[in-house]
Amino acid sequence: MSSEIFIKPKYDFKVPIDASAISPNEFSGKTLEEIKAIKVWEGNKEKTIGELFIVEGSTSSEVKNIKIILEGDFSKVRRIGSNMSDGEIIIKGSVGFHLGEKMNGGKILVERNADSWLGSKMKGGVIEVHGNAGDFIGAPYRGETKGMKGGTIIIHGNAGNEIGCWMIGGLIKVRGNCGLFPGIHMKNGTIVVYGNTEGRCGALMKGGKVIILGKVPTVLSSFTFEEIRSSVKANGEKIDGPFYVFTGDLNEEGSGKIFISTLNNTHLKFYEKYIE
Amino acid sequence: MKILIKNGYVYDPLNKIDGEIMDIAIENGKIVESVSGEVKEIDAKNMIVMPGGVDLHSHIAGSKVNAGRLLRPEDHYKDVEKKTNIKRSGVGYTVPSTFTTGYRYSEMGYTTVMEAATPPLKTRHTHEELNDIPMVDKACLSVLDNNWIVLDYLSKNELEKCAAFIGWILNAIKGYGIKIVNPGGVELWGWGKNVKTIDDQVPPFNITPREIIRGLCKINKMLNLPHTIHLHTNNLGTPGNYRTLIESMKCVSDLSNGSIVLHVTHVQFCGYKGYSWITLSSGASEIAKFVNENKYVTLDLGQIVFGDATTMTADGPFQYILYSLSKNKWINADVEAETSAGIVPYRFKKKNYVNAIQWSIGLELTLLVKDPWRIFLTTDHPNAGLFTSYPKLIAWLMSKKAREKILKKVNKRAKSKMILPTLEREYTFYEIAIITRAGTAKALGLKNKGHLGIGADADVAIYDLNPKEIDPSKDYKKVRRAFRKAAYTIKDGKIVCKNGEVVENISGKTYWVNVDIPKDLLISTISEVKEKFEEYYTVKMENYAIHENELLKSAPLKINSNL
Repeated sequence: MSSEIFIKPKYDFKVPIDASAISPNEFSGKTLEEIKAIKVWEGNKEKTIGELFIVEGSTSSEVKNIKIILEGDFSKVRRIGSNMSDGEIIIKGSVGFHLGEKMNGGKILVERNADSWLGSKMKGGVIEVHGNAGDFIGAPYRGETKGMKGGTIIIHGNAGNEIGCWMIGGLIKVRGNCGLFPGIHMKNGTIVVYGNTEGRCGALMKGGKVIILGKVPTVLSSFTFEEIRSSVKANGEKIDGPFYVFTGDLNEEGSGKIFISTLNNTHLKFYEKYIE
Repeated sequence: MKILIKNGYVYDPLNKIDGEIMDIAIENGKIVESVSGEVKEIDAKNMIVMPGGVDLHSHIAGSKVNAGRLLRPEDHYKDVEKKTNIKRSGVGYTVPSTFTTGYRYSEMGYTTVMEAATPPLKTRHTHEELNDIPMVDKACLSVLDNNWIVLDYLSKNELEKCAAFIGWILNAIKGYGIKIVNPGGVELWGWGKNVKTIDDQVPPFNITPREIIRGLCKINKMLNLPHTIHLHTNNLGTPGNYRTLIESMKCVSDLSNGSIVLHVTHVQFCGYKGYSWITLSSGASEIAKFVNENKYVTLDLGQIVFGDATTMTADGPFQYILYSLSKNKWINADVEAETSAGIVPYRFKKKNYVNAIQWSIGLELTLLVKDPWRIFLTTDHPNAGLFTSYPKLIAWLMSKKAREKILKKVNKRAKSKMILPTLEREYTFYEIAIITRAGTAKALGLKNKGHLGIGADADVAIYDLNPKEIDPSKDYKKVRRAFRKAAYTIKDGKIVCKNGEVVENISGKTYWVNVDIPKDLLISTISEVKEKFEEYYTVKMENYAIHENELLKSAPLKINSNL
């Protein structure tokens, strides 16, 4: 039996809400009344889901059959879909920090914008954002050194700074532009940016791939120019170039690769003289 | 408040009481002969009564501890202490915040903790954090071996002046004793170098680590300080360094006259045999042999506990080596303050060959050193493990079975090289009381601590264990549980913890030494030092001085020097 659970905020939230309990795993096998009794935090006060949200629909005991549909403004609600392993969450509006934190399966769809730390420490599954996303996509919490491990994040709008920070696997695709430092500290995995970036790609990276199809202001001096390649593969998908290929970050003895479109970056043409 | 602890099995090694059923009476924060009138009785029937724990080497306050907290936000959000009516909130794990440190020590039955290294110029910070650590008495050892003025005096062999200066500085910064960290090496680290043996020259002073250790040992005697010099040896954490350790211990042999003159700290880190990390093996038997034959040294363990740790020491060059090995994040600090703290997060793993050997060295040493009065239980918190793992260590020492359980899981090649599986010794409760409280209090020269004799401070820990019924070598889990959460912790005659939970928040005293130095000598030395200070330092000499008012509860120890 598939189930659809609709959740709407009862009022405009003034303070952040920690709602790691809103996930198919938590909801499975619970009745609506039981779901309403689940604890969430509003600022420093412990509340229940029922006190903050209107909850309607039907429930299921199977995690994979559960579809949670969030309607309204959730931009102050954090950690939705934390640790989820299956099922689906659809957010018809904007959403706050840490969406899909540590998720390892299932699907999350955001119809408007998502905030920072989207898919932080994600292990599997898919997150798709139709609007823009914030900073630190797939990044771990402050101080930790293991970020996104697997899964896919697709952003149709723009993304912020330091996307894929400490990434060790998976794929991040940004259809729009992104800010500074895409792929900082990256060890493995792939980042594809279809638009422009503000630069400093792959700073401190040890491995992995950053592919930029738009404009890049400059390449960090700790990267060495390798060759021009006509195309590149990103998780099996072929992306046509041609691309300038750089390796680095040499400061970290890294062997990460940055692919930069030659057509949109004619100011990097001078590198071509280093090809033997 | 008057308290009578009734019918407990009392372990009080300093008074040679080994598990006798006794009553302990407390009045006005002291142990007394008997009490009458309105008395709070504690029924300690079938329980163990010991003096409050005394930790003589832990890093709990000061600039490098704080730097460790800043470096590791990830360490904290997983271990959160909630606010209660009594406790303040805080964060914990490897580098807990100040209040949490105090609560957790107290919950284990500890009542006194020594912050083991503080740079003289930054001791104000140390005291501010010590003020914030509730529940326990505390003190701090000052790192003085790489102070330019000390080095200058030592190289000129002006020991009296040097002693006067050290006496002045301990008084000024409210320190408790002399800590030596990688003598000479830390000074050279300012130039990116290190010393390799204890006979290497340290330019520009033309002095060797041997001369520094010997000089400070003599000065310690001249000043008549309660604790001996507290030595962190050269070449710490490098394969083959057990020779450096034995050399360092030997170099003060003629200064002893039968008394203890040297304390070597976290000895596990300097007990490595072999020529590289691949050929690493344990030097425990050689060290234990030397210690058993030479009664003038005490040791503490620095025992490795598998899991997360944050290594932090004033030995910058060693920390740089560790950073190069682990490629983890690191910071270097305090170089301008005459030490050079380095901090590197580290994780000790059972399956790692080197870590497994390190783990065995500490335990081998404790089991091989015959006299428990000269080896003490520490983890060099948070370097090799956390102070909250002491109960685990106690279980390992008391039970061969507990050790074997871990031995099954450690790296196989390491296991084949250990002598630990052949060691049969198991510590008794009496010996545990020595290595965690009586011995440490004696080594620190805290006369009112570590025992339950008349007139001692009423610091008592009661553990819910019946020594007549329990066989610690089999029921090590019960031992671990009991030592983790003391049934009662009594501090200064107040019940502060009950069933491992803090029930009353109190603030402990800060001990420091107030050495009397002949006035003429002091004045002439200080005026000389002042000139050098103006010449070499960017701060004024007055910046050192910490007023007694800055300590929450000042407890000076008046010392008559031999000067």
